Amino acid sequence: MGPRRRQVRALSLLRYAAVLAGAVVMLFPFLWTVITSITPEGSLAGGPTLVVENPTLAAYRTLLDTLPMWRIVVNSLWVAIASTLLQLITGSMAAYGFARLPFRGKNVVFALYLATLMVPMQVLVVPLFIEMKALNLQDTYMALLAPSIASAFGVFLLRQAVESVPKELDEAATLDGAGHLRIFVTIIVPLIRPALATVAVFAFMGSWNSFLWPLVVIRSPEFMTLPLGLATLQGQFTTEWDVVMAGSVFSILPIAVVYLLAQRHIIAGVAHTGIK
Amino acid sequence: MTARARWRKAGWVLFFLAPSAVPLVLFTAVPMVSSVWVSLHQWNLISPMKWVGLDNYRTLLTDPGTRTVFLHTLMYCAGYLPLVFAGGLGLALVLNRKLAGRSFFRAAYFLPVVTSWVVVALVWKWLLNPTNGLVNTLLGAVGLPQPGWWTDPNWALPAVILSSAWKDLGFVMVIMLAGLQAIPQDVLEAAWADGANGWQRFWRITLPLLSPSTFFVIVISLINGFQVFDQVYVMTGGGPSGSSQVVVGQIYDLTFRYGRAGEASALSWILFAVILLITAVQIRGQRRWVHYA
Repeated sequence: MGPRRRQVRALSLLRYAAVLAGAVVMLFPFLWTVITSITPEGSLAGGPTLVVENPTLAAYRTLLDTLPMWRIVVNSLWVAIASTLLQLITGSMAAYGFARLPFRGKNVVFALYLATLMVPMQVLVVPLFIEMKALNLQDTYMALLAPSIASAFGVFLLRQAVESVPKELDEAATLDGAGHLRIFVTIIVPLIRPALATVAVFAFMGSWNSFLWPLVVIRSPEFMTLPLGLATLQGQFTTEWDVVMAGSVFSILPIAVVYLLAQRHIIAGVAHTGIK
Repeated sequence: MTARARWRKAGWVLFFLAPSAVPLVLFTAVPMVSSVWVSLHQWNLISPMKWVGLDNYRTLLTDPGTRTVFLHTLMYCAGYLPLVFAGGLGLALVLNRKLAGRSFFRAAYFLPVVTSWVVVALVWKWLLNPTNGLVNTLLGAVGLPQPGWWTDPNWALPAVILSSAWKDLGFVMVIMLAGLQAIPQDVLEAAWADGANGWQRFWRITLPLLSPSTFFVIVISLINGFQVFDQVYVMTGGGPSGSSQVVVGQIYDLTFRYGRAGEASALSWILFAVILLITAVQIRGQRRWVHYA
């Protein structure tokens, strides 16, 4: 082996070591969270150890006595799934309208849709909170769902997808006597599945991670989602890290399972938005 | 077209657009307009609103506190963006080669992206615990100084930046990886045949051809960066003594702690204007350095 090849080999080894070290930095905090949650509270003062002596589930018991954690997990999942489905339905229908139906003022309406995309949540938070109070929806699932029934981002992405479907397909179906609804359901929707997957990933993650809005509109534990429940927990157990980490394990596990099952689609969905 | 056919056409437009238009009007457009209205009043959410015109804006724009929270937000972006960009690009370059366990690494780096901000902030608050956190234990073991992290006014913002970069590294990596895979292989091969070394190929070919992805990452990161809130609220609550307070944190506190909803709404519009301006400048400037294939 010549010196040049040896150099190349050393470089690729170095590169591999760096990626490996990086992966440890990314994954170890998750392991540390689990370790902390099963370490007896008394031995936390000096920091937990890799191998836990006398592991205990006491922190989980305290956690379940304090907050209805199972219900909070179900809330998070249900709100995320509901808002994802709603955004897929409302978004793909609007996409069809904008891409396939000729009507006056279409560009203006579309521009108005895009304008809502630019307004960040914090501008809306105060008036939306007042609106929910006025509608008597404060502290309900409806309040959690309201701002994410439709997303202009989804409409935008899906419209592009519908436009890339050849119009000849619709025309052939029209000759066969199909109306808009049948063309939409049997031709368009199946052909825009990759874009639907991308929108689904963003809708689900957006709802799952949402914090500011639930923080403002939800008070009772039975309507809390995981981020809000966790933040509340931390307010109560500031120094009891075993309990706080047990709560974190609760909120990491469901999303980790979803991630393991759909990893390819999730990463592909995120990558898809960047190319455009 | 007969009147009947026209009605039918309008019916279809309504059928396809109403499911998205109605919620967008109710839960985005209406609050948006009323937010402007609120920003022109003095209001504590309880007693009747009092018209003050543009006073809220005037107060905020002359208040040194506003400058401080914008400065902290800017510092957050200035720390966060280079970290995730350099890290994400580096990772993408390495993972773009054939490498044993490549899909495992990609999945591992992406895991924090799907974890919620609140969890990330809590886990890192514990890792960066000044007395018995893992990071300070390790720093102490090798004889390095142990910062007070979120308990120290000088270290609170860096602690938030570090944990945020940890979370988003995988996101940038995936975007850059997709960009790298879109670069035509023959261009790189031609450069190689012309005798360009690895360094030249990176600076002259890969990086310019990657510019659309770079542009996307910078625009998105700055939009999100200026709206940073969750991790600050959980990790430091804006403290100690306001040293890590950011704009959205200030909007929240003004509304729900100090009962100054009018000022909070005005501040949210100032933030919106700043984000819009920064994004517009970038979109105008992109012609100079972004090359679309």
